[in-house]
Amino acid sequence: METTQAPLLEMSDIDKAFPGVQALSKAKLTLHAGTVHSLMGENGAGKSTLMKCLFGIYKKDAGTIRLEGNPVSFRDPKDALDNGVAMVHQELNQVLRRNVMENIWLGRLPLKHGLVDNDKMYRDTKAILDDLQMNIDPKAIIGNLSVSSRQMIEIAKAVSFNAKIVVLDEPTSSLTEKEVTHLFSIIRQLTSRGVGIIYISHKMDEILRISDEVTIMRDGMWIATRDAGKLTNAEIIRLMVNREMTQRFPPKTNKPSQVALEVRNLCGKYEPTFRDVSFDVKKGEVFGISGLVGSRRTELLNTLFGYYAKESGDIVLHGKVVDNSQPDKAALNGFSLLTEERRATGLFPQANITFNSIIANLRSYGKFLLDGRKMNRDTDWVIDAINVKTPNKRTLIRSLSGGNQQKVIIGRWLLTAPEVLLLDEPTRGIDVGAKYEIYSLILKLAEEGKSVIMVSSEMPELIGICDRILVMSNGRMAGVVERGKDFGDIPGEQETILTLAAMYV
Amino acid sequence: MQKGKVFNRQRVVDFLLQYAMYIILLAILVTVSIIRPNFLAFGNILNILKQASTKGILALGCAGLIVLAGTDLSIGRVMGFSAAVTAALVQSVTYKSRYFPQMAQDLPLIVPLLASIAIAVIFSLINGFGVSKLKMHAFIITLGTQLIAFGANCLFIESQPSGTAQALSTFNQTFKDVAAGDLMLGTVKIPLVVLYFLGLAAIMWVVWNKTRLGKNMFAVGGNEEAARVSGVNVVRTIMLVYLIAGVLYGIAGFLEAARIQSVGANTGLGYETDAISACVIGGVSFSGGVGTIQGVVIGAVILQAINFSLNFIGVNPYYQYIIRGLIIVLAVAIDVRKYIVKK
Repeated sequence: METTQAPLLEMSDIDKAFPGVQALSKAKLTLHAGTVHSLMGENGAGKSTLMKCLFGIYKKDAGTIRLEGNPVSFRDPKDALDNGVAMVHQELNQVLRRNVMENIWLGRLPLKHGLVDNDKMYRDTKAILDDLQMNIDPKAIIGNLSVSSRQMIEIAKAVSFNAKIVVLDEPTSSLTEKEVTHLFSIIRQLTSRGVGIIYISHKMDEILRISDEVTIMRDGMWIATRDAGKLTNAEIIRLMVNREMTQRFPPKTNKPSQVALEVRNLCGKYEPTFRDVSFDVKKGEVFGISGLVGSRRTELLNTLFGYYAKESGDIVLHGKVVDNSQPDKAALNGFSLLTEERRATGLFPQANITFNSIIANLRSYGKFLLDGRKMNRDTDWVIDAINVKTPNKRTLIRSLSGGNQQKVIIGRWLLTAPEVLLLDEPTRGIDVGAKYEIYSLILKLAEEGKSVIMVSSEMPELIGICDRILVMSNGRMAGVVERGKDFGDIPGEQETILTLAAMYV
Repeated sequence: MQKGKVFNRQRVVDFLLQYAMYIILLAILVTVSIIRPNFLAFGNILNILKQASTKGILALGCAGLIVLAGTDLSIGRVMGFSAAVTAALVQSVTYKSRYFPQMAQDLPLIVPLLASIAIAVIFSLINGFGVSKLKMHAFIITLGTQLIAFGANCLFIESQPSGTAQALSTFNQTFKDVAAGDLMLGTVKIPLVVLYFLGLAAIMWVVWNKTRLGKNMFAVGGNEEAARVSGVNVVRTIMLVYLIAGVLYGIAGFLEAARIQSVGANTGLGYETDAISACVIGGVSFSGGVGTIQGVVIGAVILQAINFSLNFIGVNPYYQYIIRGLIIVLAVAIDVRKYIVKK
């Protein structure tokens, strides 16, 4: 009876450091069979790092992981899966052009006489799907199914591995209310068979609805583990965000003046997108955009820059409607966009710092032949003014740290002397010190009279440096909050914003 | 102490990787000249350069497409068509079975040159449109235009007044002098085609390194989405790079007609392989965003030097194919090493 006494999973004293940041320090988590255990914390609190240590994606520096009492250390996610620990990612990794059953059995397709046994695969898949009351055809092409069905299939896949532990990462971020209810009924079926669920989410109501226990993390540390029944929203928020905010942000010195940019009834064209967004931004203002995952903040920013197509609405700069239908036009109109995915849409990885600095500003280096000296001067300016730490300007950008890469890309846009800077998650994936420098830079730009629009998932960051914050909820405007009135040393400021963010979810 | 040693070894390895192709090829050339000491005669070197020139010009064109992470399978056939059109327009007016019997006097050379360029540009722009607007992979669209160009060229050659599909030959003297002549420097004869090649390479070097188009090309090839977000007009950039490639193919067709003196339906067959090989040996990466004009020039010369030296020491032609194949495989295997990010 000893083994049944041991918890299903016990992670204790997990440490993990990255250059310049201690991502986890003495983190812990205990999951019991047949329960749902939620993991909560702000972005950067260490939830995903902890999970990556469990799955062997990162090597933990210290600590132990016990599965049913036995110490384990998985080499990679496949190893974890073979041992009954499965993860359903927020971004589903599926082969879109192939069907459901092939996706479930990929890598271990059943064979008969050396050929794939499609009949057995069909029967097995059907049995699992029926058992979980999922109404999905095993032969349907994955790419034609809804996100919710695709997620269900990942859960079915975990079941097909006889998973004892299933980790769900933000499973409801793109689901409708009805789909969430269905997901929860499937989760309950799994727990009734003794499966343990680790549930990662930002949505407090859902967490209180589905969880047995809740663990809250902050700054890479374990803060508390409580019974879900004894928690309230307010208590969770207090545990999540309680910290000194004074040191993290530079003093606010910018003074917003007259209105520079007006956005009127803007709608994106292709789903998923946002509807009917209107706001204005003043010269010298830092304007934040907040919202949950799936609130379409990024889509809004990309559409303002013409990277995504707009359906209707106007973008007005200094009283004149501007045509931002393509990024090159938007750039000429004085806009610039720092994208969310630095690797995918920001860096030219094979190129050096000079190339990465000047590429958006080629127009100013001559009509036909480019002025090499001016390009070098501008690159020096980027390195000096924004304090990029690099051996020299011929260094390949991919050998810099994330924070320094980010600074080069911000510098790239500053060279174009934009009037409106659109920054999408400007501090994502960079360490605390570099974050402070980027905050200072943003405030300095505002001080110089530029309008800065900044999307962030980190609420303290928005509260720390913005003058006003637009809150998006499920593709719609939920409201605009103001410094001094709704936030900025105002009690309950985060609750105000979170309540707005959940308005249309 | 120990650390310094490791560091140095790493540097040696990096150096060898960086210049491995040149080192290996240099070794081949040295070996050949040891076997046959007269190999390094000035005449031979000029010969290698001369033979490298037309294919080198083709390589200058397609290098841009490879930097865009594309390729061009239509080069050989398109250039063949250009060469045929050139040939038809430069035939000697005293030649009885000429393509245009109504032609009573030599056309100014600019006419065949522009016609040759126009043909190649049309095909290149179709390729460019397929890649930039229709979002087709360059491999597929150029596979299509390769066949189209070949068919069109055969029809063109076949419709000569003599009614036969015989090769177009017997060109006028001006054409031969300008396109395949030599420049006398004292007693040294420098083939004009070498000068054209180097001149075009110089122009392309400027385009790649000193113009907005060049920077935009590297940006689109290195990260198309980042280029778009940076305000680069991606479609226009791709179209312009293809346009330039077309111009170069047209010039190459014009010069090739003069070099081989007789243009048939199979002129240009397989030239794309040589042009692409030259780029790859010269370090233009198939993953896009990386490459230099110097590299392409050296790649073209080295490739020809190998062909020449293998012939020179009398290697069986079948072995020559095998050796050339191995060199391409080796070049890419080493090239990829340079860009692998260690994880």
